[in-house]
Amino acid sequence: MSIITLNKIYKTYNSRQVPVHALKGVDLLFDEGEFTAIVGPSGSGKTTLLNILGGLDDPDSGDVIIDEVYVNRLSGNEKIKFRLNHIGFIFQAYNLIPVLTARENVEFILELQGVPKAERKKRSLQLLEAVGIPEKADVRPRQLSGGQQQRVAVARALASNPRFVLADEPTANLDSTSAENLLSIMHELNQQENTTFIFSTHDERVVKKARRVVTLQDGTIKDDKTI
Amino acid sequence: MLFKIAWRNIWRSPVRSWIIISALTVGMFAGIFSATFINGWMMQRLHDGVETETGHLQIFRDGYRKHPEVSVSFNSELATVVSENPLIKGISPRIMVQGMAASTETARGVKINGIDPDAEKAVLNLHEKIIEGDWFESPYKRPIVIGQKLAGQLQLKLKSRIILRFQDVDGNITGGAFRVAGIFKTNNTAFDEANVWVKKENLASLLGVSADKCHSLVVRLSDADKAMVVARELQSELTGMEVVPWKELSPELGYMTELGNTYLYLFVIIILLALGFGIINTMLMVVLERVREIGMLMSVGMSRRRIFLMIVLETVMLSSAGGMSGILLGMIAVWRLSYTGIDLSVWSTGLTEMGFDPIIYPEWDVALVLNIALLVVITGILASLYPAWKALKLKPSEAVRTI
Repeated sequence: MSIITLNKIYKTYNSRQVPVHALKGVDLLFDEGEFTAIVGPSGSGKTTLLNILGGLDDPDSGDVIIDEVYVNRLSGNEKIKFRLNHIGFIFQAYNLIPVLTARENVEFILELQGVPKAERKKRSLQLLEAVGIPEKADVRPRQLSGGQQQRVAVARALASNPRFVLADEPTANLDSTSAENLLSIMHELNQQENTTFIFSTHDERVVKKARRVVTLQDGTIKDDKTI
Repeated sequence: MLFKIAWRNIWRSPVRSWIIISALTVGMFAGIFSATFINGWMMQRLHDGVETETGHLQIFRDGYRKHPEVSVSFNSELATVVSENPLIKGISPRIMVQGMAASTETARGVKINGIDPDAEKAVLNLHEKIIEGDWFESPYKRPIVIGQKLAGQLQLKLKSRIILRFQDVDGNITGGAFRVAGIFKTNNTAFDEANVWVKKENLASLLGVSADKCHSLVVRLSDADKAMVVARELQSELTGMEVVPWKELSPELGYMTELGNTYLYLFVIIILLALGFGIINTMLMVVLERVREIGMLMSVGMSRRRIFLMIVLETVMLSSAGGMSGILLGMIAVWRLSYTGIDLSVWSTGLTEMGFDPIIYPEWDVALVLNIALLVVITGILASLYPAWKALKLKPSEAVRTI
């Protein structure tokens, strides 16, 4: 069953100067438990698509429907709340809060959700264990390697029990071993927890792990393959 | 966790934070020091004025203050009635007249105060300001106590003869010879120059009035702050009399303390305003440096209210750290100087002409310090608004990709 529907999404930047048509009528459906890679050359619209999926940006026209909620029609504060409770984010540059430890970074999302302290602590440790770095719980990001930081980011993305996780080039800054490990962890979580993962990527390793590959070119879907 | 993040964020750039904290510390130290210095200065003048010159309040017959005629007197037995008020600690009846004080060399216009020396001791502390001789203990027939400045002008010493001339109750010129029994020196040379003190009975007989008459009752209270209340109470009880608290007797003393307070707040506000711009600059840098982080926080679901609060908290903590350490340093300095005083003797001539003691003892005013602490927090909040607003204007989709 589809949990995400993108319906005729159009997005143009610089519409008053030199218009850049980032997305031109994209229609997509995502089912629960998918492990999907969105690929395409630079400027094809991958990031724009991810931003619109995550409610970080609004389409000029079309609808984003997630669990029967028209996300693009929500107010600013409603979108923030929706993101907190339904979407996990993994960024290319990890984007952890540098002044918090690994555990506190994961706990932070739970605190925003109003989860009680004891439960927060328990869940954050469980997640760090799931991503294979329980011993780094009390370490701050700058003392972690890139791969370890991205694992914390995965744990943080999963903290709120989201319906799906959006990952923007998650392996772009990692060496091949770290990238492989991270992908294995995410793949495992996808299998075990049935969490939906949607990546934008250039990385062939990610593409090989994906069960569905959506190829974008010039703002339109060139190919949509389920493997 | 917001508090934790805000506090730890302050120490992400320790040098920058220390610079702004140091600026706030120095600014607040200067503010506190000036505040307590001026407060001490004003309070000393106020204390001197009330304790040495006016008393807490004075009672006159209606009309005497407008036309101080010798005949506008009243029976000093009124003191017995007045003293029933439990807040009254001492009362001294006075006979007063304007006249000339002359030595063999020269003459000066003075106000002649006829007093009961013991009663006067209970209301004012002039007897403690005697630098030569004594307070009416010498066995002279007509002793007089004069100020050092007047003694210098008239070239008088202890035991010197001085002639006082004035109008008696009938308007005739009269006078008598007195002998200098004591010379006093207060912090107000104008007062020292313009007042002489003689025994009430001596002056009464020369004026031709009964010794039980007086022109004013000088009153000392157990609590100086109650002067206005007691004055109102007495005024309602005494018909045909005028009860005047110190603020009206010496309005300049009241104005001076009010002016001092206004100046203090202005001074502190100017310091805080200057520091506020420094804080805004620092926090703007903080926001610009953390665009990507703020974008991430917005992306993962941190509400705008919380982001706003985080920046406000960080600014208030930064301002409070500097502000409070400045206040603390100021308190230590003031505590020390309140014992040793600040010696401004270099300018003593000018200061004593205006009635000020050349040694200033800074003095705490708890309300003032609390108000300054509150102003520091308010400055922190105000200074955080613009940087916080800038943070809220960020678009998460763009901010999160900022390098």
